[in-house]
Amino acid sequence: MSLPPFDRVVTEYGPVVLRVCRSLLPVHDAEDAAADAFLAALEAYPRTRPGSDLKAWLVTIAHRKAVDILRRQARHAVPVAEVPEPSGSAETALPDELLWAAVRALPAKQRHAVAYHYVADLAYADVAAIMGTSEAAARRNAADGIKALRLRYPSPPGSPPESLPNEERP
Amino acid sequence: MNDLEYLLAGPARPSADATDPGVQRLRAVVAARAHEQNLLDVAYRTIDTPVGQLLVAATPTGLVRVAYARQDHDAVLTGLATRISPRVLFAPRRLDDVARQLDDYFAGRARGFEVPVDLRLAHGFRRTVLEHLPDVRYGRTVSYGQLAAQVGSPGAARAVGSACATNPLPLVIPCHRVVLGDGSPGGYVGGPEIKRVLLDLERGQ
Repeated sequence: MSLPPFDRVVTEYGPVVLRVCRSLLPVHDAEDAAADAFLAALEAYPRTRPGSDLKAWLVTIAHRKAVDILRRQARHAVPVAEVPEPSGSAETALPDELLWAAVRALPAKQRHAVAYHYVADLAYADVAAIMGTSEAAARRNAADGIKALRLRYPSPPGSPPESLPNEERP
Repeated sequence: MNDLEYLLAGPARPSADATDPGVQRLRAVVAARAHEQNLLDVAYRTIDTPVGQLLVAATPTGLVRVAYARQDHDAVLTGLATRISPRVLFAPRRLDDVARQLDDYFAGRARGFEVPVDLRLAHGFRRTVLEHLPDVRYGRTVSYGQLAAQVGSPGAARAVGSACATNPLPLVIPCHRVVLGDGSPGGYVGGPEIKRVLLDLERGQ
């Protein structure tokens, strides 16, 4: 068994890594963080064991890149509320942006736990490893985060009903 | 899964959507930065031509692979990842020059290719054959037996045949100009129909 061409890794995991970064950072920084993560992954890729869990690996790298960017900004930033994103770009038009803004407004631990468990669909053991916490703490942070989100982010009209069975997802 | 979890998780099969503009930007940025940092070991793109879609791939040394659609581009890319490096990226701009030369060739404006080549995928006698093939000029043909004699191995017509059949750079290294002793086209990596098209093109027909 050998490693697939890296381009296939980018097209397969690019969407999930971008979504994770979007739930942690404003759109422009999110794309930078995702590119940083894939470039770091590209460097290490030939030493990767074929068959290893590439998604957990990539999300772990993306987590570090996002934390780097947040730290850099915290060092330089004047403490203001989150800078509004430029209006009129394709991204701000997406209904998604409201959701990502709500995730980003969560306390850090909840935000990260929600990003890795609910957005990236990683197991709690992986979420715990990325965040350096216990599995129980990862589970609690994700649960608290989703509860808080539910209060802040009312379901938009047109979202799938609660009863939609999994197999009917498009 | 309820509504909010559904929204967070996103499309069920995001991998199918390589046309997602965010992913396209990501691919382009990663390829450009990989090139700057010498991490782009194999750049590739596809090119639409009168003989179907071609895959072209290059290392920093030069053009390393040309493949016809029937050779299964996914399998070719997997082979490059295994044999050269898994750092294979879609980087069309690195291959713009090759694309332009292929356009010129099919339009009849060019009689050959001026591109650095990387022959690392060919070895031994097969490589020797490939190194002699550019001596067979545009519009000319040579038989398998004649080429065997020219590379100093008369009688090795069959081995010349397998060198052509495994040519990693068809079109650019013109194995389509090697034909059977009776002048009929014979086999070709791209299929016999394509060989006929290329020979006709070069005869000005």
